[in-house]
Amino acid sequence: MSDVQNIVLPEGSIEKQSTTLNLGPTHPATHGVFQNILEMDGERILSAESTVGYIHRAFEKLAERRPLYQVTPITDRLNYCSSPLNNMGWHTTCEKLLGIKTPKRVDYLRVIIMELARIADHIICNSVIGVDTGALTGFVYVMEYRELIYEIYEEICGSRLTTNIGRIGGFERNFSPAAWQKLERFIAEFPKGLQEFENLFSRNRIFMERTIGCGPISAERALNYGFTGPNLRAAGVDYDVRVHTPYSSYEDFDFTVPVGSTGDTYDRFLVRNAEMWQSLSIIEQAFQKLQDMKGADAEVYHADVPEYYLPEKQNVYTSMEALIWHFKIIMGEIDMPKGEVYHSVEGANGELGFYLISDGGRTPYRLHFRRPCFIYYQAYEELIKGSMLSDAIVVMSSLNLIAGELDA
Amino acid sequence: MSVTNEQVQAKLVEKFGEQVTGFSEPYGMLTFEAPKELNLKVLQFLYDDEELKFRFLTDLQAVHYPNDKGRELAVVYHLHNLVDNIRIRFKVFTSVDQPDVYTATQLFLTANWMERETYDFFGVNFVGHPNLKRILNVDEMDYFPLRKEFPLEDQTRIDKDDEMFGRGGSIN
Repeated sequence: MSDVQNIVLPEGSIEKQSTTLNLGPTHPATHGVFQNILEMDGERILSAESTVGYIHRAFEKLAERRPLYQVTPITDRLNYCSSPLNNMGWHTTCEKLLGIKTPKRVDYLRVIIMELARIADHIICNSVIGVDTGALTGFVYVMEYRELIYEIYEEICGSRLTTNIGRIGGFERNFSPAAWQKLERFIAEFPKGLQEFENLFSRNRIFMERTIGCGPISAERALNYGFTGPNLRAAGVDYDVRVHTPYSSYEDFDFTVPVGSTGDTYDRFLVRNAEMWQSLSIIEQAFQKLQDMKGADAEVYHADVPEYYLPEKQNVYTSMEALIWHFKIIMGEIDMPKGEVYHSVEGANGELGFYLISDGGRTPYRLHFRRPCFIYYQAYEELIKGSMLSDAIVVMSSLNLIAGELDA
Repeated sequence: MSVTNEQVQAKLVEKFGEQVTGFSEPYGMLTFEAPKELNLKVLQFLYDDEELKFRFLTDLQAVHYPNDKGRELAVVYHLHNLVDNIRIRFKVFTSVDQPDVYTATQLFLTANWMERETYDFFGVNFVGHPNLKRILNVDEMDYFPLRKEFPLEDQTRIDKDDEMFGRGGSIN
């Protein structure tokens, strides 16, 4: 047996020892449009280079010519697995700039919608980790509940995926009785489904061997890379915007922030599962608080801000004042106060920030979205270096990359 | 013991004296600016100081002010002290003719793509960046689209003008 294991290529040869592999941009395993140029030695990844921007839609530029309420549909299309979170993040940003104080009931209704969106997002992410490791069953178990969540959205705002839910100051309409019924059904039935899902995966030997130690990151590296959300918490840092900088009355709720320790795929999976239980508990608490409200408080669903909140349609036809406000709002003729504001909410993937600069005009002078996906995806090259190709796919789905949020 | 905006400001003034200016607190977030040559010194000081500990770069982007001659581009850093939970906003201004700003990638790995994005849209040249090329736009693009000289609407249209958006005047 000779000492030389590999074929020695002559000097200047165009052939090389490693193989270049294009993973994406349209690969069924990447769940979105990402390209990764991998340098492979057999099945092991030597280095990776990510290319992004395939569905860039210039949202920041678009927003510069739109009045505030027209920016909401743009935010839908960032993380389209949890659009209501983006919508609420945008509304609360506007309210911060405009100095609008929302009633408690609006806050609680928003909390319900936001936590439902978080559950819907985590359901997708975790069940897709299962699909990518070859276990399709779990995916089918939990999709039923995502459907139920979408039906709840539908009862409130009329759409399912890109919701455009809520308005500046509150909601476009009160929750219908059907929405409450579906929410009650969700609270009653979801624990069973989630428990079943967890039983399938959490202590499953095959799943554990597949995910433990797969794409780990230390807390220090994760912070330096700007990780937020479940991916940072899986590395052991208990940073959660809902706790650090409460918005929409999150301080009224009692919940814990689950953390992992190694920051690998398995921990990310567990953290997301634990967060779903917490979200469910928050929804139950909010539901209870809303049930306990009495009198006029129990009916209000928007703040009293005629400059920004559309009047009732019926009043538009009968009252001059309402007609004027209706016209001014629809035509985007309301001047904003001058100022700059940074506001962030805990999106499903991490800190979703909005940096809004107003020069006193009717549209934002500059709007920047801090998209958590875009920021932590740059660590992907480091996470998969030295691992197997099939692990790279699992790491990608465990990071919960959403192309819309990545590219904005 | 948590850090307040006043303490941060006092520490910065003590360290950098007259060079840090424009302190204000819009919506409760301490905002200040420094000359662009000092951006790394300020960031490093905020990072290293045992009390300040601004070790998390939340966001980095630019803003274009075409009418502010000599300081058309502002690079804005949002920093977060996760221990004491305080955020600050730090700006450096640069002229659009020579938009050179030192890169923060040595301090924050996350600045890598953020700076590439900022370069992509505003053309801020981050000196020392390991891989400064376009990230979201196509590589062949030869302009910086988020600058204000590129109006969003089709310029041949006459039925829409800036009057509608509260800024007066027509396009160009």
